[in-house]
Amino acid sequence: MGRNPVTWLGSPTFPDAARKALSDVQLRGNLAHATTTIRTKRAAAVAELPDWERLRAAGAAIKDDVLANLDTYLERLEAAVTARGGVVHWARDAAEANEIVLRIVRDADADEVVKVKSMATAEIGLNEALEEGGVTAVETDLAELIVQLGDDRPSHILVPAIHRNRSEIRDIFRAKMPGAGALSDTPAELADAARAHLRRKFLTAEVAISGANFACADTGSVVVVESEGNGRMCLTLPRTLITVMGLEKIVPTWSDLEVFLQLLPRSSTAERMNPYTSVWTGVTPGDGPQSFHLVLLDNGRTKTLADKVGRQALRCIRCSACLNVCPVYERTGGQAYGSVYPGPIGAILTPQLGAGTDDPETAALLKSLPFASSLCGACYEVCPVRIDIPQVLVHLRGKAVAGAYTPESVAMAAAGWVMASPTRYRLAQRAATALRLIARRGKIKRLPWPGSKWTDARDLPAPAKETFSAWWRRTRG
Amino acid sequence: MRTRVALFATCLTDTFFPDTARAVVRLLERLGCDVDFPAAQTCCGQMHHNTGYRAQATKLAKRHAKVFDGYDAVVAPSGSCVGMVRDVYPDLHRSTKAVAGRTYELSELLTDVLGVTDVGAYFPHRVTYHPTCHSLRMLGVGDKPLSLLRAVRGLDLVELPAADTCCGFGGTFALKNADTSTAMLADKMSHVLDTRAQVLTAGDNSCLMHIGGGLSRLKTGVRPLHLAEILASTEEEPWAATP
Repeated sequence: MGRNPVTWLGSPTFPDAARKALSDVQLRGNLAHATTTIRTKRAAAVAELPDWERLRAAGAAIKDDVLANLDTYLERLEAAVTARGGVVHWARDAAEANEIVLRIVRDADADEVVKVKSMATAEIGLNEALEEGGVTAVETDLAELIVQLGDDRPSHILVPAIHRNRSEIRDIFRAKMPGAGALSDTPAELADAARAHLRRKFLTAEVAISGANFACADTGSVVVVESEGNGRMCLTLPRTLITVMGLEKIVPTWSDLEVFLQLLPRSSTAERMNPYTSVWTGVTPGDGPQSFHLVLLDNGRTKTLADKVGRQALRCIRCSACLNVCPVYERTGGQAYGSVYPGPIGAILTPQLGAGTDDPETAALLKSLPFASSLCGACYEVCPVRIDIPQVLVHLRGKAVAGAYTPESVAMAAAGWVMASPTRYRLAQRAATALRLIARRGKIKRLPWPGSKWTDARDLPAPAKETFSAWWRRTRG
Repeated sequence: MRTRVALFATCLTDTFFPDTARAVVRLLERLGCDVDFPAAQTCCGQMHHNTGYRAQATKLAKRHAKVFDGYDAVVAPSGSCVGMVRDVYPDLHRSTKAVAGRTYELSELLTDVLGVTDVGAYFPHRVTYHPTCHSLRMLGVGDKPLSLLRAVRGLDLVELPAADTCCGFGGTFALKNADTSTAMLADKMSHVLDTRAQVLTAGDNSCLMHIGGGLSRLKTGVRPLHLAEILASTEEEPWAATP
């Protein structure tokens, strides 16, 4: 194996990927426009609810209960799904999950499957694994389809093609969609082309593959929310349905959906209610898929659960509100994060799910991710399940630098030593005034590395001739 | 009875922006406080903590807690250093819990403890205000600094577009992700320039050093100035920076 599907193989560290993305004019424009629009709408949708903060607290509490009693809820879910005619499979990692899915598809004699937009299957690289096994996976979510046809990578959890504008999408459709022909870039025409293309797939597919937004442990019901209705097609037309779901997607009871079906749409699409909410419970004779398989995926989740601070990342309901408000994400886009989970949540989830990789390049990427934030806290403020993302980022930074012996760790130790004694601190302040020699009118224009990282774009004020403490001693001491 | 306040100047302000700390002293004394400056103070440990060096941060936090032990109120002209003490200290060590509840950012001390919004200041300039992320989101200072600014005579306050977006400083983030930090800075500067303000103010010298460093590099002619220095300025004694 040796493959870690949580990240894309060969991805550079965040700062390197970001540098490239920042100079992509089209990307910057598309993202600034899209994220500004979504976050303004979200703020308005959330402001309508007087009990929003209590909903957030409830969402966090329910998820914490699930995480604290995951074993119990998982077994309860398995029993409920089995009792209603579903088959439950357990997958320790991506390879196991992919193998299970491929086996079921082969058993159904299918060589093409339709897919509902799903983060879990993107995380494990299911499409690639199916292709290796001779099965074609067709993404039916419009944005996922754009990414798939464009041989591209997703850059957003909810809107994976957010980095594309409509003229780029028109070009992709023209090149890759059989019969698209002369197509304009009006949204209606693009949607029509996708509709005609997908309709053919829906009507012939024997197997559908989905993820899950929620699964109720008490009833065994699985829930998918979406906007387009293409998911509904996949969930109802084919004979076989396979759902791949992260272990943490459980909610204890059916009535807990009351909280999450308020939190999720307002946070993600800024809607009061999403257009399509599909719920199914095992198999219903004569109605919908007659064979239902639920694959419960670990892939680093139980390992993440063992971390007292880091485990809150497993509360995530994949709404992507944190991406839309993140000033770093808005400028670098999602692909710079090297994984299907971009933005602030990606910066805390990817390093945890992927921990323990034996690939040095992947390890370097994972270590760089928790630093891809200015700790401004905008993500925490909007998170519908109150994940304290800045806290987890700092915690994971600690893990990233633990035991390292680097110029930085030496500098930090030196600074700590200086600051531990007022005498040494005063001496260091006095020494720093030497910098005044290279300043012009109180501003330092150029410093050697690593100070150059600052002075490349900004002036640095020279240290004061007389520090405040010296002034205090002289005038008040 | 006069309120006794300990000034936590912060290492950055002490070393690079002593005028800000002198302004805090002048302002608080004008409002009838006794200001003390515990001489043994150094750094709160925020840089260490936020970069992942928790053990070293804890050592500095324990020192800081000891230095400021016994004061009813500690004030700092920095939202992020107060955020460190208030938000993070309680998790670091049992000895660093108590100081957290007694530490205030300047606008909080003025508004919540001293109960003033009009501090008698005079500052006849066009000013825009950047809220700084930690003041806004860790401390929740809300519009306290704006209320203080609105009460300043002669001051023409212009609203900063997209004010609550980070300027891209983020401590060591500015070095580790210098390119992204610069992209964020560019947008912040463009918003500042949109206001046509002469002065950019904030409650934190670290953010001001960052935005100000960019404004100065591009010779924009906009002057960064800490909120304390505006509030310290009066008609009789206009605030003058040390030459």
